[in-house]
Amino acid sequence: MPKNKEIEKILVIGSGPIVIGQAAEFDYSGTQACHSLKEEGYTVILANSNPATIMTDHTVADKVYMEPLTVEFLSKIIRKERPCAILPTLGGQTGLNLAVALDQSGILKECNVQLLGTSLDAIEKAEDREKFRVLMDELNEPVPPSEIVTTVKDAVHFAEDIGYPVIVRPAFTLGGTGGGMCETKEELEHIVKNGLALSPVHQCLIEKSIAGYKEIEYEVIRDKKDQAIVVCNMENIDPVGIHTGDSIVVAPSVTLSDREYQLLRRVSLKLIRALQIEGGCNVQLALDPDSFNYYIIEVNPRVSRSSALASKATGFPIAKIAAKIAVGLTLDEIRNPITETTYACFEPALDYVVTKFPRFPFDKFTSGDRTLGTQMKATGEIMAIGRNVEESLLKGIRSLEIGNGDFYLPSLVSIEKEKLIERLVKADDERIFVLAELFRRGMMIDDIHHYTKIDLLFLRKIQHIIELEKDIAENRLNIEMLQVGKQFGISDTQIARLWEMSEEEIYELRMKEAMFPVYKMVDTCAGVYDSTAPYFYSTYEQENESITSDRKKVLVLGSGPIRIGQGIEFDYATVHSVLAIKEMGYEAIIMNNNPETVSTDFSISDKLYFEPLTLEDVMHVVQLEKPIGVIVQFGGQTAINLAAGLEKRGVSILGTSLAAIDRAEDRHKFEQLLEQLDLKRPNGKAVSKKEDVLPAAEKIGYPVLVRPSYVIGGSQMEIVHHEQELSIYLQKISSINPEKPLLIDQYITGIEVDIDAISDGETTFVPGIMEHIERAGVHSGDSIAVYPPQRLSEAVKQKCLHATDKIAKALEVIGLINIQFIIQHDDVYVIEVNPRASRTIPFLSKITGITMANIATKCILGEKLAHKGFKTEIYEECENVYVKLPVFSFEKLRSVDTTLGPEMKSTGEAIGYDQTLEKALYKGLIASGITIPYEGSVLLTVADKDKEEASKIAERFVTLGFQLYATEGTANYLAKKELPVTAVGKIGRGENEQNVLSLITNGEVQFVINTLTSGKQPRSDGFRIRREAVEHGIISLTNLDTAEAIVNVIDSTTFSANAMINKGALRA
Amino acid sequence: MNNRQLVLEDGTVFIGKAFGSEEKKTGEIIFHTGMTGYQEVISDPTYAGKIAVMTYPSIGTYGINRDDMEAITPFLHGIVVKEVCHEPSNFRREETLDDFLKKSGIPGISGIDTRMLTRLLRKKGTMRAMMTNMTEAPHHVLEELKTDNMTLPVQATSITKAYIVPGRGLRIVVVDLGMKQSILHELTRLQCHITVVPYNYSVEDILRFKPDGVLISNGPGNPEEITETINTIKHLLGKIPLFGIGLGHQLFALACGGKTKKMHVGNYGNNFPVKDVQTDKTWITTKSCQYCVEETSVQNTDLHISFRSLNDGTIEGLQHNKYPAFTVQFHPEGAPGSNETNYVFRTFLQMIEEKRDKNGVNHHAKK
Repeated sequence: MPKNKEIEKILVIGSGPIVIGQAAEFDYSGTQACHSLKEEGYTVILANSNPATIMTDHTVADKVYMEPLTVEFLSKIIRKERPCAILPTLGGQTGLNLAVALDQSGILKECNVQLLGTSLDAIEKAEDREKFRVLMDELNEPVPPSEIVTTVKDAVHFAEDIGYPVIVRPAFTLGGTGGGMCETKEELEHIVKNGLALSPVHQCLIEKSIAGYKEIEYEVIRDKKDQAIVVCNMENIDPVGIHTGDSIVVAPSVTLSDREYQLLRRVSLKLIRALQIEGGCNVQLALDPDSFNYYIIEVNPRVSRSSALASKATGFPIAKIAAKIAVGLTLDEIRNPITETTYACFEPALDYVVTKFPRFPFDKFTSGDRTLGTQMKATGEIMAIGRNVEESLLKGIRSLEIGNGDFYLPSLVSIEKEKLIERLVKADDERIFVLAELFRRGMMIDDIHHYTKIDLLFLRKIQHIIELEKDIAENRLNIEMLQVGKQFGISDTQIARLWEMSEEEIYELRMKEAMFPVYKMVDTCAGVYDSTAPYFYSTYEQENESITSDRKKVLVLGSGPIRIGQGIEFDYATVHSVLAIKEMGYEAIIMNNNPETVSTDFSISDKLYFEPLTLEDVMHVVQLEKPIGVIVQFGGQTAINLAAGLEKRGVSILGTSLAAIDRAEDRHKFEQLLEQLDLKRPNGKAVSKKEDVLPAAEKIGYPVLVRPSYVIGGSQMEIVHHEQELSIYLQKISSINPEKPLLIDQYITGIEVDIDAISDGETTFVPGIMEHIERAGVHSGDSIAVYPPQRLSEAVKQKCLHATDKIAKALEVIGLINIQFIIQHDDVYVIEVNPRASRTIPFLSKITGITMANIATKCILGEKLAHKGFKTEIYEECENVYVKLPVFSFEKLRSVDTTLGPEMKSTGEAIGYDQTLEKALYKGLIASGITIPYEGSVLLTVADKDKEEASKIAERFVTLGFQLYATEGTANYLAKKELPVTAVGKIGRGENEQNVLSLITNGEVQFVINTLTSGKQPRSDGFRIRREAVEHGIISLTNLDTAEAIVNVIDSTTFSANAMINKGALRA
Repeated sequence: MNNRQLVLEDGTVFIGKAFGSEEKKTGEIIFHTGMTGYQEVISDPTYAGKIAVMTYPSIGTYGINRDDMEAITPFLHGIVVKEVCHEPSNFRREETLDDFLKKSGIPGISGIDTRMLTRLLRKKGTMRAMMTNMTEAPHHVLEELKTDNMTLPVQATSITKAYIVPGRGLRIVVVDLGMKQSILHELTRLQCHITVVPYNYSVEDILRFKPDGVLISNGPGNPEEITETINTIKHLLGKIPLFGIGLGHQLFALACGGKTKKMHVGNYGNNFPVKDVQTDKTWITTKSCQYCVEETSVQNTDLHISFRSLNDGTIEGLQHNKYPAFTVQFHPEGAPGSNETNYVFRTFLQMIEEKRDKNGVNHHAKK
């Protein structure tokens, strides 16, 4: 059917900042969709407040609005742009919710805007629990039976009806407090009694437990002709009970026979037809491992994280096709972009096994609650492709960049069996390692199955890997064994460990035996049709399909899974580097393993290798492709970390040399460099022995900043104010690796400034300077960055430029460089130099219109900045003010302290821009998910050192009409300053008395300003106040600079009530 | 596990690990793209004499169960896989794939770069192959491959005696050329009273059952060689409503004056898009065919094309212009694969009803 010619202009809604549960996958799907719509000749208007995305590039849509994703702002856009239609199904839950809200607001009707893809009715039927239930009843499809009860008797009655085990969920308790699984009547009575007492509305939901069922997902697509297909099905290795985003998943399903596969396929297609979705849809099902009984868990009437995964797993670009369907095209007329000869109306046939592993943030949030359940906790994911399950699993685990890159965690070796078994039952992020460890200790497969309910097939595969390890270990230097190991995905590092040799030696041995992998194509059709898709994965088999060209090639290393400190910004830079390489006429090859991102879309590069980013895997590609060199500066720390190994093996690192990277990262060399250049830096020392730490800190003088060298996103970085704190810190970090010493620095308070520059070794061009709202001490990724700087004099800016130019020249930087300065009394201190792409590249590129990664790549490939008209200067500043705000996912990560410090905690970012700083901040805050209250109360609990400053902020809140609450010490101080304040009791003072926690839990305050020294001991009062605030959705500010900025915003967007000054009285 | 070799007609030799039966077997080597359904493929008589390369790499993961057999005796001559799973996991598993193949006399070979083999077959077309142990010299095997006479497979896959599957509905005679059980299942689900007869059953004998309709089943081999059934169709056409599936479709085309041809590579898998010409809707179907009906050959016949392959436009279904008779090349019963096109069984029954209404005949009580 032809496309819809009645519409001409389409508004696409993006998903906004990245938070846990809504990540880079929507950049991938959104970018695809916009391209797809433009391809069909539509004008595309895009709204997305996330500046770090490819989709907000000017080349992706005709007009880009990086405005807050709220009804208010979208209505403005709609009124201004007058789009004919909105496509909301590609912007995650955010996009879908906005579509509903826009409709309710009446704007769609007012401006005559139609909704594409999924009807509001379908959205509601899928999203509203009750309507969904009714629909399932109509379709005669089963959902887990549940009922709301108000008495223990009703609960027991219902449970006996549906059968045990059941799950009890008390209504409106935080994080499901008081709920649980009940196997017996006694347990149920006990838990329901408790639950009813805990629930403020005295209700519990009793639901049949389907924990232990197989969790299966189907990605389905339907068009307006009612043609519907399954793109891919997926099987979670972790059974029902763990969020699918946190589960290890394989595609296609492995343990289903055709009958089960077809049963669930039929159901999935029935649902998408019933909902009349025109586009993609995700259906999650639970299947009894011992019968054909199944339940429908959830339906997502939109593209999702799973559809991004399915797209990469099959090569079938779901979002691209879904966008075309949304404008009226049908599956039988859209070409399959991989084969180009067949149509999109078919079901991909895979001839490999895909595995997805979630990437958790607990390497950063060591004190966070690691248990897995229904709340997703992973920040990112990786995908691996292999020709058997073992290979796929092992490639996956080494893509995660955790520990040793195999099913072996040294930290588990000394833990006793009982403890490990507990961790099997109550799954956490390390369960897969725990069960491998138990296999290593000889535990029976049936026992592990009993504890985990993981299908025996998957357990057997992991057991097989452990057996293989043993066989390999026992047959040292046995080539046949090595070959077998390689076929099942065992890495050189793993073999090196087993044979007590170096990775290098294993690699050389293999090269001598000519034992290297071949590459197979991902082609949607199992090799049955000719395909041109340049999308490959490695395996140890006979035929290599990756035919190399004789063009000059450049290999770009991606940044792997999204994690805190290494987010989508690096994918953005990677993509632009690839595009620039293509523009320069080279063949651009990319290696990456993140299924959510744009960089792993096979249409971006000339060739895509979907592979783990380890030295071994990169070397294999290098050997086959023989590129002129490898670019590592866009792939974050992941790529940088590979540079040394690659260079050692004779691979040319393009751009800034490895030695320069080392000079910037190695503490000692860095100090020498600055000294040589006569640049100021905070005093500091690198210490390799624990006993030297305290004396060194003493000498520098407290407060000091401590951190291990070579870390991502300031992991384990802290400001300590005295010796005692430092001792506690030392206990936490356990040991110091002499190769990566501990860094101790003088802590200077001042304005923190971020500079990104491009250099070709001769010219250093600075597109822009960003100033942080928060003083030094808060990680730059967690600070609010402002462009152009508001508090810097021209002289200081020139000092920064001068320093940047000096450093870039000294390091012979070719490409990007990021420098962080602290400005104190017009003095410029250098605190950090990163000779690579930084987090602020997309933000700055979009504001200034200078595509930094593109220009940097061209420098790397030999172009001169001078030839392009760039000089050593700071680019002319834009007129508007732009702010970048961090976005956190604290409500999803229990037990994580929300205090901002040198260790990065945010998961994403939002942008705000307008004519003044306050207006820009206002928009940025809204875009980052904060609703600014204009009246109410503020609760202050601040450390002694902050009291003076806090009182000034408090005074301004009072002026704006807010009430003040404070804990005793703070309240006394404020009272002394003659501010009206109500003192409240500390935590634990009397059950019924008003205290800080009850203020928060009862929603009596709108702001919490808390700077009590951060949770050195995890359950301090300050910690509890902050957590409670987060969990009740109350704005919690842990930094006075942020607080002041917010007061400024409120001040400038409201009017305060001031009495007339009686001037006559003065005169009298 | 011993090594085993797979020798192709063009001289290519693949060496892998032996599993399944020790028997040495020759067959036409084809590839199947289904990600599930190996049990149905192995037991489907359409695959008589074939050596099947499974493109999905891990085969045997859910074992063999008692329910999903498409026929009692499998006629497959061999299975080629990347990896065979010896420890299957599924609540219905009765035995392993390896055990089942051993009992059924079907040799298997694993550890093969099945993707390479598939790509080779795609380029060179279907050819003969043999699986043997390592002691035989490949050139010797090649000689044997050339001389080995393959007999008419339908004789083996059809039945020798007619039998009845009772039902309360319409009376359907199924001419069994190697019928899949799932076809019977679709008919019984529609309450049909079914009489299954051998491929060479005489027209008179069929008519003696006074059937409401006749279904010509799927089956193996070159349709042109099955002259008995072609004749049967010629005689039944116009007298009794006809429906054909797979081989039955090809025989029907031949009986009506069309021609069939052997395809360069066969279509074996569960993901073939087929367009229903009348409704302009595309469905995902299962196919297992080496032959197809030539487009030009039906131009001057009384046939019109009712289904087409979405991807290459080849004929997937035919309908007679004058008589109540139609056929499909794909498998509307699925198994393995989707049975979303099983509406054609209802179409068949409706066609019978319509014909009866038209003729005013009413010799059987409707259900």
